[in-house]
Amino acid sequence: MRNLLGIIDLAEPTEGLGGLADHRTLGAVPFGGRYRLIDFTLSNMVNARIRNVGILLNDRFGPLLDHIKDGKEWDLNRQRDGMFLLPAPSRTDSGEGISSNLSNLRHNRAYLEKSRQEYAVFSGCGVITNIDYRDALAYHLEKQADITVIYNQTNNLADNPSYTAVVMGDDGRVVDIALNPQQCISQKVFLNMLILRKGLLIDLVDHYSARQKRDLFTEAIMPRLSELRIYGYEHTGYVGAINSLRSYYQHSMDLLRPDVWQELFFRYGHINTKVKHEAPVRYLDGCRVSNSLIATGCTIEGTVENSILFRGVEVGPGVMIKDSIVMQKAKLGSGVTLKNVILDKDVTISAGKTLTGDPSFPIVISKLATV
Amino acid sequence: MQKKEVVAMLLAGGQGSRLGILTKKLAKPAVPFGGKYRIIDFTLSNCSNSGIESVGVLTQYQPLTLNSYIGIGSAWDLDRNTGGVSVLPPYVRDQGAEWYKGTANAVYQNMDFIAQHDPEYVLILSGDHIYKMDYSKMISYHKGKGAAVTIAVIPVPWEETHRFGVMKTDDDGRIIEFQEKPKIAKSNLASMGVYVFNWKELQLYLEADEADPNSSNDFGKNVIPAMLQGGEPMYAYAFREYWKDVGTIDSLWEANMDLIAKQPELRLNDSKWKIFSLNQTLPPQLVGPGADLQSTLLGDGCLILGKVHHSVIFTGTRIEEGAEVVDSVVMPGVHVGKGAVVHKAIIGENTIVEAGARIGVPAKPGEQVEISNESGITVIEDNVTVRSSMRIVRGTVLSVAAWPEFPEERIS
Repeated sequence: MRNLLGIIDLAEPTEGLGGLADHRTLGAVPFGGRYRLIDFTLSNMVNARIRNVGILLNDRFGPLLDHIKDGKEWDLNRQRDGMFLLPAPSRTDSGEGISSNLSNLRHNRAYLEKSRQEYAVFSGCGVITNIDYRDALAYHLEKQADITVIYNQTNNLADNPSYTAVVMGDDGRVVDIALNPQQCISQKVFLNMLILRKGLLIDLVDHYSARQKRDLFTEAIMPRLSELRIYGYEHTGYVGAINSLRSYYQHSMDLLRPDVWQELFFRYGHINTKVKHEAPVRYLDGCRVSNSLIATGCTIEGTVENSILFRGVEVGPGVMIKDSIVMQKAKLGSGVTLKNVILDKDVTISAGKTLTGDPSFPIVISKLATV
Repeated sequence: MQKKEVVAMLLAGGQGSRLGILTKKLAKPAVPFGGKYRIIDFTLSNCSNSGIESVGVLTQYQPLTLNSYIGIGSAWDLDRNTGGVSVLPPYVRDQGAEWYKGTANAVYQNMDFIAQHDPEYVLILSGDHIYKMDYSKMISYHKGKGAAVTIAVIPVPWEETHRFGVMKTDDDGRIIEFQEKPKIAKSNLASMGVYVFNWKELQLYLEADEADPNSSNDFGKNVIPAMLQGGEPMYAYAFREYWKDVGTIDSLWEANMDLIAKQPELRLNDSKWKIFSLNQTLPPQLVGPGADLQSTLLGDGCLILGKVHHSVIFTGTRIEEGAEVVDSVVMPGVHVGKGAVVHKAIIGENTIVEAGARIGVPAKPGEQVEISNESGITVIEDNVTVRSSMRIVRGTVLSVAAWPEFPEERIS
């Protein structure tokens, strides 16, 4: 899709993720054994043949840069177009420390101007899904919309602590949008992905950033609901909004269902990520592994059930991991038992320890900690 | 072009005819190995890890898979501004064109490529061995000895010496006698096919070899004996770690099985000496609720719902519920259907084993079958479908060419 520009917004809130987002922006939160959240958005864009992707950097983006490097893994290290890192202004006009997506877009207005693409897809990276943006753009053109918001129909709003509901008329036009409504007005949940003409995006940025507005969607698009032709595009299929520890844990565990695994990682294309050249997984004699997602570089001699192991985790004999997520290079002493636990990267658990959390409230051990 | 001290020439043009149907459509170095790799990954990673930045890969037989796999060498960190990896097929020149006649001729035909880098030393490598070796140590040894050529050697069992070129050395490691595939060997130090040559001497001997109409233009048969006769200082460099020539069905199967030992001799998980490979990013493997995995090496993107014991399963393979895979090597993208049985087999890439099919079963009493593999390894070609009604007897080598004549009595 040569005519579509991708913009990834990293300014989504991360408070709900507790320790997992302390040192990293939402897009850099590790997920699914070998990925970081941004991999899904980036790969979806590239799989839709988008060849120009701008990433709006906010704060805590160090781990993200280490992960995406020059965009090579997504084939975005290009002579023409490719991946562009768009840093926020060091000081915003209003003098606030952390910039918003509107001030960041304004700061990088020149990039928007010189991009050759006529249309832009603007997406956060807190939603994991496998989506075809080409189909969404076709819908946008067919409806002659000014803005197309992408939503997913859901039955379990109760699980969502925060969401944006979209109400549509019969012709697909959006008539109402509400943030975290107390009463359910619609089961259509906005995925923080939208399509619009690049020119309109620049106009919105110019107008609203000059008026000290901060957020593109809530402060520049929602107020224009009646004058702009805003349409809703339904994305069907598996969707995981990662906005709390509970949703992080829940959507991680969903990956253990073969249908979800298949859809999320293969549907419209592969999800690419940084390659680490780890060896295949070794399952030794006596190991017991069931219903688990295991990344390369692991060696397993103990028990792993209903769990996710990231790259390079060694599970010695006598170690028992149940209903847990163990990130890269965890060192687990002999006889360690984990249940309903999330171990961040490079955690050390000394021999004999037992850690038990609750399914609705898993224990999180932060990066580099020793227990 | 920038001068390089060492240029490596990696011989990757061999057919590997002893691997039979596994190399029908690809060169031996491109054969999948070890759950995610191809054989050539080991040599290319050794180059990269040894700090060698200019590598010529000489291709001739079925090069397409190999060419696209190597690409510009990024996976091995060999995409360099100067040097890097170059794929070198035979080409037409003003005197006409000819195929590579032998290992020495292949290098002879690429002397211009070597000269571009103006090296001191040329490292000659084979693309069909599994080992981790620091070539920089061997080059230091070569320099220290003041040798014209240094040959890496490994002790092999005496009963296998007839398969190798063997060296007799003096106490200092200098080679005093060389026997190519001897009936009665005087030494059990076998050449690994890894040579360090001084570029000047190599040029002279390659030119002389080319001028000799009786030569078969082979390093082991011709160039090395000629240098020995010429009184050149030649040294053996002893290598004591894991090294395996995977040129036969048996050795390919065995080398894969070596990786699933509790303490494998060749550690793949070595952060100081990574084996790089071209990855197609697949999700982590999903091990289902009823899966049973023991002594197994398993690549990315696999979905395992059945039983897998003592096997090496490559990337993107699916093993359904009730299926049983034992003592086998299952190459990338294979699908083993429900209740299918695979015993001591090598299954080629993207082959489908339908539900209930049985591979590697014993022959029934009195059953007439054509056994191709004496060790009882059953081999199934890539990209074929083994139908659910099929029962394939242990030791059969099955290619799609033989499919129409596939005898009815073996189908139950």
